[in-house]
Amino acid sequence: MPDSPPKPDAILRFEQVERRYGDVTAVAGIDCSIARGSFVALVGASGSGKSTLLKMVNTLVAPSGGRVIFAGEDVTGVRQAQLRRRVGYVFQGIGLFPHFSVGENIAIGPRLAGEPLAGARIAELLTLVELEPEMATRMPEELSGGQRQRVGVARALAGDPELLLMDEPFGALDPITRDALGDKVRELHTKLGLTTVMVTHDMAEALLLADRVLVMDTGSMVADETPASLLAGNGGNVAQGLVSVPKQQAEKLARMEAEGSAS
Amino acid sequence: MNGFWGNLLGLGDKLAAHIVLSASAIGLGIAFALPLAVWASRSPTVNRIALGFSSLVQTIPALALLALFFPILLSLRAVFGEDLPTLGFLPALLALALYALLPILRNSVTAQANLDPGVLEAADGVGMTSWQKLRLVEAPLSAPFIMAGIRTASVWTIGAATLSTTIGQPSLGDPIFAGLQTQNWALVLAGCLASAGLALLVDLLLGLIERGLADRSTFKWGGGLLAVAAGLATALAYQSGSKNDDAIVIASKQFSEQYILARLIGSRLEDAGYDVEYRDGLGSAVVHNAVASSSIDISVDYTGTIWTNNLKRADNPGRDAMYETIVQWEREANGVRVLGRLGFENAYAFAMRADRAAELGVDSLEDLVPVASRLTVGGDPEFFERPEWISVREAYGLSFGETRNFSPTFMYNALRSGEADVISAYTSDGRIAADRLVVLQDPREALPSYDAMLMLSPRIADDEGIAAVLKPLIGSISVEAMREANFAVDREGEGKLSPAQAADELAAKIGL
Repeated sequence: MPDSPPKPDAILRFEQVERRYGDVTAVAGIDCSIARGSFVALVGASGSGKSTLLKMVNTLVAPSGGRVIFAGEDVTGVRQAQLRRRVGYVFQGIGLFPHFSVGENIAIGPRLAGEPLAGARIAELLTLVELEPEMATRMPEELSGGQRQRVGVARALAGDPELLLMDEPFGALDPITRDALGDKVRELHTKLGLTTVMVTHDMAEALLLADRVLVMDTGSMVADETPASLLAGNGGNVAQGLVSVPKQQAEKLARMEAEGSAS
Repeated sequence: MNGFWGNLLGLGDKLAAHIVLSASAIGLGIAFALPLAVWASRSPTVNRIALGFSSLVQTIPALALLALFFPILLSLRAVFGEDLPTLGFLPALLALALYALLPILRNSVTAQANLDPGVLEAADGVGMTSWQKLRLVEAPLSAPFIMAGIRTASVWTIGAATLSTTIGQPSLGDPIFAGLQTQNWALVLAGCLASAGLALLVDLLLGLIERGLADRSTFKWGGGLLAVAAGLATALAYQSGSKNDDAIVIASKQFSEQYILARLIGSRLEDAGYDVEYRDGLGSAVVHNAVASSSIDISVDYTGTIWTNNLKRADNPGRDAMYETIVQWEREANGVRVLGRLGFENAYAFAMRADRAAELGVDSLEDLVPVASRLTVGGDPEFFERPEWISVREAYGLSFGETRNFSPTFMYNALRSGEADVISAYTSDGRIAADRLVVLQDPREALPSYDAMLMLSPRIADDEGIAAVLKPLIGSISVEAMREANFAVDREGEGKLSPAQAADELAAKIGL
């Protein structure tokens, strides 16, 4: 990728970001800008470095080299706790605190910031992710997997973040729940004017939800395309390898459907 | 068994001391283990060292660990000054706290290692600082497991605390050790049941707290905690109520004669209006240090013991010279006042059945020399290795036909049945009187003397009031009177007396 001057509306910028674990390079010198309001999918096989890159944004992982700039500031220079309240984080493990009620889980970020959430706001957040407000008093162990991840999303949104980071957020859910929650997140993204970065290994999910797809391979960024451009065959071999899987599945399904209706 | 109930009810002060000691040790153990566990969960090196060390401590027998703190604290006096206690509460507390460390530490570390990584990532993800993470997430989720560790530690500590009797700390071990020595099984049983009952009760209450933490039921864990706190407060109140700094503390070693003499001394002091506390069943090596440091006030020790163990002397200057040397050394080196000799010896001696001695015409060790080659000598397992035996052999040129080892009880049986002709006995042993044995004279003074002496700690050394009360005991107890009292306590069945009863009889006999 050629060095492009940072766009003025970039909320997030990676500058030569690197991460090494001993001799292993997980992320090798990434340069990239993410515009305010965009929904970006970070796609790649396991071990491509996509999760590591995401975690360098909210400093769960420290870069070995280069800088991550969020809203004009180097993230390593911002107070950790403060940064993480401005950046919502949803991940595959969900990680609801089992000894807190649903409501307490949702309110934990603002509580840490010293601004306890009102019950009405908790109810509003639950409604936002399509859960009953009465659920606030339940314990996490009483919920289904899908309900738990909805609470996870509500918790990430509780602090009115500017940026939402999602690391394989729907990985542990069944396909129907997964599809419904994906659509819900996309809807909230638009409604709340968020900037969203989602890590996934599922290209179909990326193509369906994101408006920009970044493809990573062994620590490097190998493609930066819109879904339409990827479907049109652009982005190189690795990206097309990933795109071909859901594409072929879709074609196969379409053929089966056509044959079924022909007979 | 009514002795048993009486014994059990009389254990209030021991129980209170036991509770306070155990609770303090567990508290100290927790105070060390928890921060260490947090540190260990963040550093694999600390984890290895901490768990390795506490496992190592666990392999040391509790009795040895308690005893080891005496030299450790003694050497620490160089740093903390002469007021550092080397016996009693402090060493018992430290040893038991070390012992409590492992189960608490291991459970805490395991609990932290098994926390759901997703939950920990979420804690970081929502912006918790590492202190908030510890307080809000790690601690509450680990609490039930840590509590299980504290439960294990508590049961161990309450059991092991009985051993602190041997280093001069009152506990429920007092009745156990005293009962074992005087063969008073009701007393042993009372001590064991009290200690086991306490352990079970504490286990039950801590179990309630553990379940309360796991179920997040404030009622359960709060109730359990309240009950534990109430028990501890009662013990503390009881102890501070009965505590008397002016009380005179009388020590006894772990055999009947010592228990009897302690009661004899104690009842005289009580009659004269002094407050008295007994510290029974101390390790033999501990007693001298305890009296020298005023941890206890009065003990009865033996010239031969001090001569060998404390003065490190191997020669035998004769009975009176040995005594005079010891009196001077105690005064100058330790500030201990030797009030005087009680009148009897508890020495090694050779004893024979009266009929056998008459038959052979033996009255002294010298008389044995011509007939020894036809005789069998019996001794306790260590006797034939001791300097006393070597000294006798060399002084008289004795050479026995056969030498046999017996445990002390069987030694007397062997003599009775004729399997041994001569045995090594203790001169004040009650069985000498009971079996009507003849103690052979030692005209060449090859056997060192073991005169019983009354020792006063530096704290009361100059108290002439106390000295005046105890002076009548000096020179008043014949070896025959002591044997009879010892036998009354050691014997089985009809006529068996407690040390206190035997002391009363002894007092009457010697006209006090």
